[in-house]
Amino acid sequence: MLKIEDLNVYYGGIHALRGVSIDVPQGEIVTIIGSNGAGKSSLLNAISGVIKYSGLIEYEGQPLAKQAHKVVKSGVCQVPEGRIIFANLTVHENLKMGAYLRNDAKGISADFERVYDLFPRLKEREKQLAGTLSGGEQQMLAMGRGLMSSPELILLDEPSLGLAPLLINTIFEIILEIKAMGKTILLVEQNAFKALSIADRAYVLEQGKITSSGSARELLADTTIQEAYLGKKH
Amino acid sequence: MFSWFYIEGILILVGINVMIVLGLSLLTGFTGLFSFGHAGFMAIGAYVAVTCTMQLDVPFYLAILIGGIAAMIASLFIGYFTLNLKGDYFCIATLGFGEAIRLILDNMTIVGGARGLPGIPLDTTLVNVIVIDIIGIMAMAYLIKSRHGRNMIAIREEELASQAIGINVFRYKMESLAISALYAGIGGALWAHYVGFIQPLMFQLTKSTEMTIMVIFGGLGSITGSVVGAFILTFLPELLRELANWRLVFYGAAVIAIMIARPQGMLGGIEITDMFRWIKRTVTGENRRAKAAAEADKEAKTELPGEGGGES
Repeated sequence: MLKIEDLNVYYGGIHALRGVSIDVPQGEIVTIIGSNGAGKSSLLNAISGVIKYSGLIEYEGQPLAKQAHKVVKSGVCQVPEGRIIFANLTVHENLKMGAYLRNDAKGISADFERVYDLFPRLKEREKQLAGTLSGGEQQMLAMGRGLMSSPELILLDEPSLGLAPLLINTIFEIILEIKAMGKTILLVEQNAFKALSIADRAYVLEQGKITSSGSARELLADTTIQEAYLGKKH
Repeated sequence: MFSWFYIEGILILVGINVMIVLGLSLLTGFTGLFSFGHAGFMAIGAYVAVTCTMQLDVPFYLAILIGGIAAMIASLFIGYFTLNLKGDYFCIATLGFGEAIRLILDNMTIVGGARGLPGIPLDTTLVNVIVIDIIGIMAMAYLIKSRHGRNMIAIREEELASQAIGINVFRYKMESLAISALYAGIGGALWAHYVGFIQPLMFQLTKSTEMTIMVIFGGLGSITGSVVGAFILTFLPELLRELANWRLVFYGAAVIAIMIARPQGMLGGIEITDMFRWIKRTVTGENRRAKAAAEADKEAKTELPGEGGGES
């Protein structure tokens, strides 16, 4: 579904992504794991057109637009890192903003129900200002808003960042449910163990380069990866 | 104490400033971009309009419109190159732009250079300033309520989220800057035809900051606030004129006092229509009922402790 070839991103003189190539097949969860500053977020930002890049990003056989709003229109939606929501709008209004580019009233109200089914917590707080939600609820809201644009491919940037362990489990269960809806997910995570345990396929990003890749199960079993990212000693 | 002629003059200045501050309010208060180069747009509006009326015999109203459009075109040019810059960098770019325009005019002998351009017809009157202000306010209120205005507010609130839901951030920033420059250009043109003489020194950085102060003083995100800000801060220095050299000290102190007392500005985010609604509700007693409901709600919440905590 998404095919990236030889992607390069520069921040001034810093070469943040060095010839990254990845493949995201339809209906799968693909995860990018790596430490801080490896370039994980840069990768997602490049796909969603927030930053400039060189290289090829193909979506369903077509080159993907390089401007953020056009990327969303083509069905790729990013849920940015750090729960970026509209704090002064209610939960419901935030979700409505997610459907910004859509005109199909029926589809939108159906998606409202799906999102509220997925996140009962948001339904409870429908009329509350988003800024007053807890961190976990804000993360749910950001994900719900992403779903409201009815994307085929969802780019999730560190959904577990700064959340309590119990809540992290909930979020990852929800990611699996979103997959069950038929969506494709590209997940960027620091919590490598969690990410690998729900993903189908994984890439390891180190200092802007893909250093290993394979099925998530293979990587979970890989001893070097266990040592570097899963905290196991051999 | 004051003659009508004097007060009328100040009111005309208020009206001119209202126009410029309205435009700047769209950019700063509603889109979240700070500009320190609006004097540059004023200068373009003023010089172009004056050239139209003096050299080309263009009617006054058409001339100020042409002045505004010229400023708008300049803003499209500058915006195209700088609106991708983040926050402070855009602000510095506008500062550079404003000063560059002034220096270019300083060296353009065809429009009088640093000596200025005298003998401009005095076409700006209190009546036409008020009419233009009313049109400007109504157009701005309409714009803010439209999809365009709401997109701009979304960008101010959370630029990244706006991008993530598919708002064309660059386009709406550009629109905001262009309309803002149009207002500043018209304001500059009106000013030139009120004073009767223009020189590049009138369009210095201090002029830009003066306008930005009015916007912030009046309150970000409020058209009413911008009008009130322009009104008070144009009148204040005149009221303080008796203090002679101490005038600007008191002006500064008054601005600081307001910012400490009300950091959101006098009417940050509040419009006059909101106040009417509030008064209506108070009169009909709805506010008391709403307050009682809120308190009942609060009590219900305290009875259920331990809900919704625990994360992050």
